[in-house]
Amino acid sequence: MSQQTQTERRKTSSSSPVMRGPRGMNYLEKPQDFKGTMIKLLRYLKPYAGRIFFAGFMAIIASLMTVLGPWLLGLITSEVADAYTGGRAIGMIDVVFGISLSIGEIALVIAGIYVMSAGFNYLQAFMLIGMTQNLTYSMRRELSSKINTLPLKYFDDQSVGDILGRVTNDVETINGTLTQSLSEIFRAITLLIGIFVIMFLLSWPLALIVVVTTIMSLLVARKFVKLSQGYFRQQAKSYGEMTGHIEETYSGHVVVKVFNHQNKAYQNFERINQDLFQSSVKSQFISGIMFPMQFFIGNLAYIMIAVAGAFLVLSTNPLIAIKIGVIQAFIQYTRQINQPIQAIGGIANVLQSTAAASERIFGLLEQPEESPERDDLKTLDKVKGHVIFKDVYFGYAPEVDVIKRFNAEIKPGQKVAIVGPTGAGKTTIVNLLMRFYEIKSGSITIDGIDIRDMSRREVRRLFGMVLQDTWLFEGTVYENIAYGSDDKTMDDVVAASKLAQTHHFIESLSGGYAFMLSEEGENISQGQRQLLTISRAMLADRPMLILDEATSNVDTRTEVLIQRAMETLTKNRTSFVIAHRLSTIRHADIIFVMNDGNVVEQGNHEQLLAKSGFYADLYDSQFDTE
Amino acid sequence: MKRLIKFLKPYRIGIIVVFVLVGLRAFLDLLLPMILGMLVSQGIGLTAEALNPNIPRIWELAFVMLGVTVFSIVITIFSGYLESRISAGFALDLRRAVYRKIEQFSMREMDHFTTSSLITRSTNDIQQLQNYVNILLRMIILQPVLAVGAIAFSIAQQPTLSMVLIASVLSLLIMLVIIFSLTLPKFQLIQKLVDRLNLVTRENMSGLRVVRAFNTQAFQAARIDKASKETMRLNIFVNRIFSVMWPVMALIMGFTSLAIVYFGSQYFIGIDGFDPGSMIALMQYAMRAIMAFMFLTMIFVMIPRAAISARRIAEVLAMDVEIMDPENPLTYDETPRGEVVFDDVCFQYPDANVPVLDGISFTAPAGKTTAFIGSTGSGKSTLINLIPRFYERTCGTIKIDGIDIKDLLLEDLFKLLGYVPQRGVLFSGTVKENILFGNEDFDEKVMEESARIAQADTFIKDFEEGYERLIAQGGVNVSGGQKQRLSIARAIAKQPVIYIFDDSFSALDYSTDQKLRKLLSEKVQATKLIVAQRIATIRHADQIIVLEQGRIVGKGRHDDLLKTCAVYQEIAQSQLSKEELEA
Repeated sequence: MSQQTQTERRKTSSSSPVMRGPRGMNYLEKPQDFKGTMIKLLRYLKPYAGRIFFAGFMAIIASLMTVLGPWLLGLITSEVADAYTGGRAIGMIDVVFGISLSIGEIALVIAGIYVMSAGFNYLQAFMLIGMTQNLTYSMRRELSSKINTLPLKYFDDQSVGDILGRVTNDVETINGTLTQSLSEIFRAITLLIGIFVIMFLLSWPLALIVVVTTIMSLLVARKFVKLSQGYFRQQAKSYGEMTGHIEETYSGHVVVKVFNHQNKAYQNFERINQDLFQSSVKSQFISGIMFPMQFFIGNLAYIMIAVAGAFLVLSTNPLIAIKIGVIQAFIQYTRQINQPIQAIGGIANVLQSTAAASERIFGLLEQPEESPERDDLKTLDKVKGHVIFKDVYFGYAPEVDVIKRFNAEIKPGQKVAIVGPTGAGKTTIVNLLMRFYEIKSGSITIDGIDIRDMSRREVRRLFGMVLQDTWLFEGTVYENIAYGSDDKTMDDVVAASKLAQTHHFIESLSGGYAFMLSEEGENISQGQRQLLTISRAMLADRPMLILDEATSNVDTRTEVLIQRAMETLTKNRTSFVIAHRLSTIRHADIIFVMNDGNVVEQGNHEQLLAKSGFYADLYDSQFDTE
Repeated sequence: MKRLIKFLKPYRIGIIVVFVLVGLRAFLDLLLPMILGMLVSQGIGLTAEALNPNIPRIWELAFVMLGVTVFSIVITIFSGYLESRISAGFALDLRRAVYRKIEQFSMREMDHFTTSSLITRSTNDIQQLQNYVNILLRMIILQPVLAVGAIAFSIAQQPTLSMVLIASVLSLLIMLVIIFSLTLPKFQLIQKLVDRLNLVTRENMSGLRVVRAFNTQAFQAARIDKASKETMRLNIFVNRIFSVMWPVMALIMGFTSLAIVYFGSQYFIGIDGFDPGSMIALMQYAMRAIMAFMFLTMIFVMIPRAAISARRIAEVLAMDVEIMDPENPLTYDETPRGEVVFDDVCFQYPDANVPVLDGISFTAPAGKTTAFIGSTGSGKSTLINLIPRFYERTCGTIKIDGIDIKDLLLEDLFKLLGYVPQRGVLFSGTVKENILFGNEDFDEKVMEESARIAQADTFIKDFEEGYERLIAQGGVNVSGGQKQRLSIARAIAKQPVIYIFDDSFSALDYSTDQKLRKLLSEKVQATKLIVAQRIATIRHADQIIVLEQGRIVGKGRHDDLLKTCAVYQEIAQSQLSKEELEA
């Protein structure tokens, strides 16, 4: 990974992401492999299977009870009407299987049913919430530990925002959709079946009316969804165009101004604005009347039930005759049936978003991790810092080698300067030395031991590192300096900072070592951040060093401080310096000259100048010695 | 909010029509249960007057119901269309107003909001608001009418029994108040925890190398674990409270039906014309009323959210625009030569204690190169940005060929300037369109020559389509260096009298930088103002101005400054070799 792309990536990660698609635009993301992903997700849910089925069982019981309510209420109404027309007192009601109850008793039964149904419903929600939250928690934990075991190579073509989106948004989507779909699936299906069964038991002609109108309602909904999707796509397209145009003109604001381009840009804007208006009128209209249309069909069912019901009540044919309470029950059922139908229709979409989110999460979790360590690992006790590159081949992509047959020997205590134009891949050497990337062939040895014969931890323990990318985390100055050196005390931290000449600056912060740094240390200057990372490396006190000298955006005074601190740090240590300062280059024991990822020349300053090659060109142009 | 309501004014007639239609629709929908009740009672014969079936009455009432339903859906479709037009039109006007406003912003206002926030406000916030307006137009009349109407109709059926309904609505509201007062404060806390989780995860990823270099994977994992555990606990708490809502609501609805049927049949049937049909109707009204109150609470939850978007947009519209055209603009009698004179100029942010620039006086002679150097924060970039009035100076005068830039029309001022920003900015379109940006009279020779000077012709030739090559939005399909060279070519093609290079050469590699500067000095005769970081870039300038903490601390040519200016020496020492310094 070149320095340039690395810094650019940082930028995209820290700037706030601009939402591309507005919420509420019915934009459905489709997974690539729905079935495969769902199977994986189910496997993931296996430990919770017992709880899920118990919750499902409760949902089923609750729904069955809900279904009984209107029927029982209808019985009361029928009896009341019979008594009313018959001019007699209200008597016992024959419920079912020859059981007769008074109105008061039925009312008690109904009340009991409603209370229990609510209780069961809540209990199942209560359980599912605990379960899905636990699931999301463990998914997050797996994802975050995965991040630290993936080879750095993986991050070359993944943006930080994308991975972050998986850890936060995608996990959140699973959480939301899973709670919803798990509780809906059991409830909606039971309700639907239960309502239809009881409807057919009560009166098959009326039940047929409900079946027909329900199918009609579904057909209408499908028609509308299809129609509106086309318009939504159009709207999303115009919206995307609009966002694009606005992003472009706002971020090029001053250029648009200075080049007197505002009127033209505005004309363009207005055209897109009109398009967006047209398409959003249509999509909003279509999606806005879908529900009223379904409601309309529901009303038709309502009227038909009233009319047909009235005739059935009057009928003398015992096969179809009903009592008036049945009409009342049917009216309640036709209203109730919409909800599970919509839920079942919606569940397909919900599951699709679950699958799309899971697919991205599993995609990350299934990435191959860093290659396994060898069996008989070696360790280094006394490190001298003798580094040998032997016939090293390496490429970021498998087909392209950027480093070809690289040989070099660095003796203990020597300084290596790595130079080259921007984007030449100066960090490649660092990546290989620290085993952030694995070489393709050849070997790198430290004091005679191949770095692949040591564990990665061991190799990395050998190097102190100060990158241009000054990484600090939210925490105190003390915590940041002591990062990775758990065994060190406050006194050690102060001593190291004094040695790195950063003590004075730290003391000038409010609270000194207890000063709270914000995310990425944004509340201190770039130069000060660099000073802290130098103190960190100083405290870690590793036998070898990797330094990046780039100190752009640092004022001259701080730069002098940094330079001095780095000098102290490199004393008597084998060090690799990505060099930007002439003095460093000139005093280096070996210079690696990089271009297009490869080391094109090596030697010391005089040798390289004498060659009149790439280095000489670079040197001349940089320091303009015409 | 008030500022935005103004944008609904053009649609006031439409809005009134929508309100009337929606009210009518609510009324029609409320008629149905009553007619249904009548149909059942009168048709079957359950009323106090007649206990005999009345078949013609069944058909009569059925057709009345059908008529009501059809009328209602026709009204709904018509008002739905109006609602969409109004909300989309509102968004159309608002988007235009925001865009036009931002067009006038100077860098100070852009900095105040940040570009990405302005983008979100112009797109997402407005879209959100459009959705809210659309929903509110319908709901804000429909639901209250339904709620009040349902209660009124049920009182008409049986006043005493309707008390059941009022009791259930009250218990519904009490439940909602309890749930929301318990959970709403926690929602903010959850948002904070989610932000925290984002932060620690992002930190881990931006520090991948450092984490591995220091072998601190376990430490990072513990940080993330802590954040996600806290999020989980709070989420469980809030969601468990929240999920009380639906079961309890179902319970309230169930009990309401039960109470109506039970009390109705025990105490009210046959009294004051209350028959079984009325009872069925009353149950329907109870359900309507409860649902309407449910929707009303949703509106109350929605309004504060809409208000957030509205406020973010209103902030943009309320911003005072600092830089505007003069009332009595001056113009040049003859072609300007491009002499820039700063006289005691200072610049200070309104809320800052210390000025960014102070006491800046110098003359950049026409046709010569003047360079600015200094460490970060020395104010060199701000200084150069005062000339196109991206920032407005706080005191002093800046004149171009004797005319104060404040007295020029902005358009006239911009015509004089060729500006190259720090980071290359390109626009979607062809390479040609990008180079000839702002140069309406298309001239291919100028374009090619400009590209040649800017060292852009070499890579343009490599493009299959050459100058017709399409640049993607944000210029993502060209490299950083190519972007910079194209934006230099764009400035050259404009053939301005004054060039402003705001640290434009840093993104170029050394040899390209050198070649470009050489051609620029040979081929382009104009005043050049250059901000630079590398001494090599500017050592041949006619005049170098050294800045330190907003003040000029050195002025002269390279060789003189090396002898006289301490700050310049310091910068030079860190960049040049000893021999070169002595040479």
